Formats: sequence, C-alpha cells, structure tokens
Amino acid sequence: MSILHTVNKSPFEKSSLNDCLSHSADGSAILLIEDGVYAAMQGTNVEAEIKNAMGSKKVYALGPDVKLRGLSVDRIIDGIEVVDYAGFVDLTESNDKVQAWL
Amino acid sequence: MSDIKKFMYVNRRAPYGTVYALESLEVVLIGAAFDQDVSLAFIGDGVFQLKAGQNGSDSDQKNFSPIYQALGDYDVTKLYVEKESLEERGLTLEDLMPLTYEDEDDDYEEKDSIRVISRAEMTDLLDQQDVLFNF
Repeated sequence: MSILHTVNKSPFEKSSLNDCLSHSADGSAILLIEDGVYAAMQGTNVEAEIKNAMGSKKVYALGPDVKLRGLSVDRIIDGIEVVDYAGFVDLTESNDKVQAWL
Repeated sequence: MSDIKKFMYVNRRAPYGTVYALESLEVVLIGAAFDQDVSLAFIGDGVFQLKAGQNGSDSDQKNFSPIYQALGDYDVTKLYVEKESLEERGLTLEDLMPLTYEDEDDDYEEKDSIRVISRAEMTDLLDQQDVLFNF
C-alpha cells in the first residue's frame, strides 16, 4: 500500500510538513502544494529536514504553485521533482490513497 | 493640524495561501487617502509577499504583486522587511521586487521603498507606532 502525502501549509508557520515527515513510511510520495512549496527552496531553515526525508521518500513540488510565488526552479532542492497538474493526477492515480496534511 | 498618527500595517502571512496579504493591500490603499504617517512591516512569512518573479500564468490565481509597485504613488514609501525572517527563508534583499518612490522633498529623486532592518529594530519600530493593523 502506498500513500501520496500532500502538504499545503508553509513549513515556517505550521507543523504540517513536520507531521507529514514523521508519519510517512519509507517509499511514500510527498507532494508540496500551495504554501507547502516554500519547503522546496534551497537555503531555508527546513532544507535539512527535507533532504533527510528524501533519503527514503520521493518529494515533489507543484510547478504552478512554485511559479505563482516567484520561486525559481533552479533554486529548488536538487532531487525534488517539479510536476504540473497532470503530474498531480498521475501521482494520485499511482498511489493507493491520499493523505492531505492540511 | 498636527494630529497625524503613525499607522503601521504588520504583514506576517505568505501571499496566495490565505487572503490576508491581499486584504492588507486593500486596506493600505484605502487608508492612504487619510494623510497619516503610514508604514508597512513584513515579518515571518510576510516577506514572501515581496518576492520577485511572481507569475500566475500557470495558475488559476492572479498574481497581485504588481500592486506593491503602486504603493509609492499613494505616498506609502516605508516598507520595513525583517532581516532574520529573510535569512530563515534563504532569501536576501536581492530576491525581493525592487520597489521605489519619488521623493517630493528631494527634487523627486527615485528612492528605495524597501528597508531591511533587524528584529531588534523592528521591535523598536512597533513600539513607536500609534496604531497597528495586523494581517
């Protein structure tokens, strides 16, 4: 059973990302959407946590939300895959269920 | 008349995820009609409101960041950004939109509206205000 986890809150304001990282099994997919995409940037206070999670989980960021917020793709942590809305649909389809960390 | 008050709008939320940032801008623009001593503070995730390069072309949400460029024309010329908040988010002044105003007291010279200050300076600044609006 695989779960797609989504995180839509800023990691600097809410514990959603932390709760996700500490409750997701190895092999899970984590998709950062809306204000969650701020966690995908290089050089932040949460970069180490994300990189640590990426050792055992696959992390994605939703491209339109990255672009809307003025974050450039070349400043995103290496190894995070940027997906579009179709990619979001593919992820929901390829996992058994979705857990949204609101 | 010397009953001009120091108004500060304190912005602590990222744009788009909630409506706070846009609502703050609306109130700032309305308030600009009242000839007060207005300044804006950007603390915590609020600094993301001023991020350069916001682009809504792939999103169903509208990029409202160009409104910040208009603030100077409404005599809203003091935008204080907290240095520590930028650093925690991997940002520097160069990552923010260049915002300027024309100083009518200095031969309309173009000056920067954004001033990066420390958390300690922000603390003092908050203390000096007559009225605080929080978003």
